Amino acid sequence: MTQGKKHPALSEKFNADEPRVNWHDETLWFIREKRDKAAWQIPEWETLRDTASQIKHNVLSNLSEYLVQFEEQAKRNGVTVHWAADAEEHNKIVRKILQQHNVIKIIKSKSMLTEECGLNEYLAKEYIDVIDTDLGERIVQLAHEHPSHIVLPCIHWKKEEIGELFHKHLKTPKGNADPKFLTNAARLDLRQSFLTRRVAITGVNFAVAETGEFVVCTNEGNADMGAHLADVHIACMGIEKLIPKREHLGVFLRLLTRSATGQPITTYSSHFRKPRIGQQLHIVLVDNGRSTQLGREDFRNSLKCIRCGACMNTCPVYRRSGGHSYHATIAGPIGSILQPNLDMKKYADLPFASTLCGSCTNVCPVKIDIHDQLYKWRQVLTKEGYSPVTKTIAMKTMAATLSKPGIFTFAGKAGRWVMKQLPFIVNNRLNPWYKQRDMPAPPKESFTEWYQKNRKE
Amino acid sequence: MNVALFVPCYVNQFYPQVAIATLELLEKLGCKVHYPLQQTCCGQPMANSGYEHLSQGCNDLFIDNFSGFDYIVCPSGSCTLHIKDHLHSKKDEDAAVAIRKHVYELTEFLTDVLKVKTLNASFPYKVGVHQSCHGQRGLHLSQMSELVGKPFSKPGQLLSMVKDIELVELNRKDECCGFGGTFCVAEEAVSVKMGKDRVADHTAHHVQYITGADMSCLMHLEGILKRQKSAIVVKHIAEILNSQ
Repeated sequence: MTQGKKHPALSEKFNADEPRVNWHDETLWFIREKRDKAAWQIPEWETLRDTASQIKHNVLSNLSEYLVQFEEQAKRNGVTVHWAADAEEHNKIVRKILQQHNVIKIIKSKSMLTEECGLNEYLAKEYIDVIDTDLGERIVQLAHEHPSHIVLPCIHWKKEEIGELFHKHLKTPKGNADPKFLTNAARLDLRQSFLTRRVAITGVNFAVAETGEFVVCTNEGNADMGAHLADVHIACMGIEKLIPKREHLGVFLRLLTRSATGQPITTYSSHFRKPRIGQQLHIVLVDNGRSTQLGREDFRNSLKCIRCGACMNTCPVYRRSGGHSYHATIAGPIGSILQPNLDMKKYADLPFASTLCGSCTNVCPVKIDIHDQLYKWRQVLTKEGYSPVTKTIAMKTMAATLSKPGIFTFAGKAGRWVMKQLPFIVNNRLNPWYKQRDMPAPPKESFTEWYQKNRKE
Repeated sequence: MNVALFVPCYVNQFYPQVAIATLELLEKLGCKVHYPLQQTCCGQPMANSGYEHLSQGCNDLFIDNFSGFDYIVCPSGSCTLHIKDHLHSKKDEDAAVAIRKHVYELTEFLTDVLKVKTLNASFPYKVGVHQSCHGQRGLHLSQMSELVGKPFSKPGQLLSMVKDIELVELNRKDECCGFGGTFCVAEEAVSVKMGKDRVADHTAHHVQYITGADMSCLMHLEGILKRQKSAIVVKHIAEILNSQ
C-alpha cells in the first residue's frame, strides 16, 4: 500500500491536503485534552503511573515465571494454552483450531496482535473469512485498509466518507452520514455474523498470572457478544500482557481508558476465566520478537506498553502525518520504538520521525521513556548501517568542522558571506529549509568577532 | 562568580545579538563572564541524527574550553540539555562530570542560582511565549501540560519582572514547533506544518513578539513568519530581559 515509501515522503503526501491535516490534528488534540481532564480528576495520577510502571517492571523482570504460572492456572481452569514463537506459528495455531472445528467463517474483535501477525491476510489465503466486529476495524476492513491508530483504527476517516463506504457495502442511503444511523447499520449487519459464526477471536488487555484469567476491554461489547455466542473462543495475546495479580487490575483499568480516550473506564471490562459448559476456550501466547526486545536493555521498557494510544494523540508529528505514514502495524511514538525491533531495515526511518519533544513520555501511563528510546534507536540504526550514505558523509563533514575552531570560524564567515553576496545559493528549492521558510538574515559579524572587538582585553 | 558563556554555534553565526544580550545581562547581574574563544558546538546535531559516536571531537573541545569555571551558562535549553545528558570523555570523565553538573540554561541560572527578584527591564509589547521542548520537558524550566502537578515557569517568572510587558495565553501552551534539529529538513513537510500551527496560535492572539529560551525554535518560526510576510518578530528571552 505504501510501496516502500518512508515516513518523510508519506507524511508529505498527507500534508498535501492541509485542511484535512488540520482536521486530523484537531480531532486527536481533542482526545488529548479529554485525557488531560480525566487525569486531573485523579489527584494521585502521577503515583498511579509510577505504580503501573513498577508493576510492569516486575513483570518484565520475572516474565518466564509469570508465564508458567499463568499457563498452569489457565489449564486448571479448563483453558487450552498454546505457545507461538512468531507470527507464522500463531497463524498456524489459529488455522488448526478452525480446521478441527470445520469452520471457514469467524468473527474477531479488536486485536492489534492479530494485525501484527497478519492473521486476516493469512486466513484469507486459506479461504477462511474473518469479520472484524469492532466498528473502527470493520470500517478499515471494508475499505481494505489497516488501522491508522491502535485505539481509533479509522480516525483518519471522516463521517461523510464512512457514509459513502457503508452505502457501497451495507446499502445505507446515499448521503447519510449520521454517526448514530451508521453505527446502527453496522450493528444490524454484524448481528447476523454474531448469531451464526461459531468461532470468535478476541484480543487480551490484561492476563492475570495468579488466576489464569484475562480481561478484554471494549466500548462496544463486541468482544463479549462474540465470545458468549460462539462455541469456540480463541484469545490471542502477546506475552507481555501479563500482570501478577488480580488486584493490579485496579491500577491498570484506571489508567488505560483515561489515557486512551479520557473516559473513566471502558464500557465493558470483561473477565474471562474458564469456558462455559460445552464451549472451548483457547489462549495463544505469542512471542514474535518480544523476548528479543526484552534482551535489549535500552529498549526493554517498551514492552510495558498497554496499548492506550495516548502517545499518538499527543504526538505533534503523528497528528500531522497520519498513522499510515508510519507504514507499520503500530504507528506513532510507541510504534517507532517497537517496530525497529522486528525489522531494522524496514523501519529505520521511524525513530527519526520525531522532534524528541518528549510529550509521549509524559502522557505514557506506564512511564516508558519513549523519546529517550527514540534517541537510542537512532544510534543503534546508524551503527548497524541503516543510515543513508549521503547523511553519513554530511555528518562526518559536520563533525570535522565543528571539532576544529579554525575551520568553524572560517566556515561561518564563508557561509555568512555567501548568504549575503550570493543568496541564490541557499535560497532555492534544493534547500529544504527554504521551500516554505526564509533563511535567517546573515549578520555582519559573528558574536566571536563582536566579542573580540568589544570585550577582549 | 566566574561564569563561562557557552554560545550555541548557530547563535554565534546568525544571532550575535542574543549572545550579546546574554553577556550584558549576566554582567549587569554581577557575574564575571568569560567567553572561551575556541568554542564551537555542543555536538547535538550529530548526536540527535544518530551519530553520537562522531561527537567525541566536539566533546573534547568542549571540555578543553569549559573546564574550571564556577558555572557555565547557555542561552539555549536544547544545547544545555545535550551537554547535561551526553557530554562524556574518554580521557577525563571527571572533567565531563564537573561540566555536566555546572552547566545551566540562562533562565534557570537566573532564577535558581542568582535568585533574581527584580530586573531593570521594560518591554511594552504584547508577547507570546514559545516553550521549547528541551528546556521545558528536558530541563523542567516550566510545568508540562501533560503532567498533573503545580504550575510553575522559570521564564515566566522572569518575564513577569519586565515592565509593561503583556503576556498572552496561547491555545496550546507547550506544543512543539517542529524544529527538531535535522528533523526540520529531513521531515520538511511536517516540520513546517507544526511551525505554521504554532505561528497561527500566536497570530490569533495578536502578539507583536514571540519569545522563548531557544533561538533554534525561534529561527524556525521566524522563517515561517517572514515567508508569510507577518509583522510578528521573534526575540530571544535574553533580549527582552536585557531591554531598557
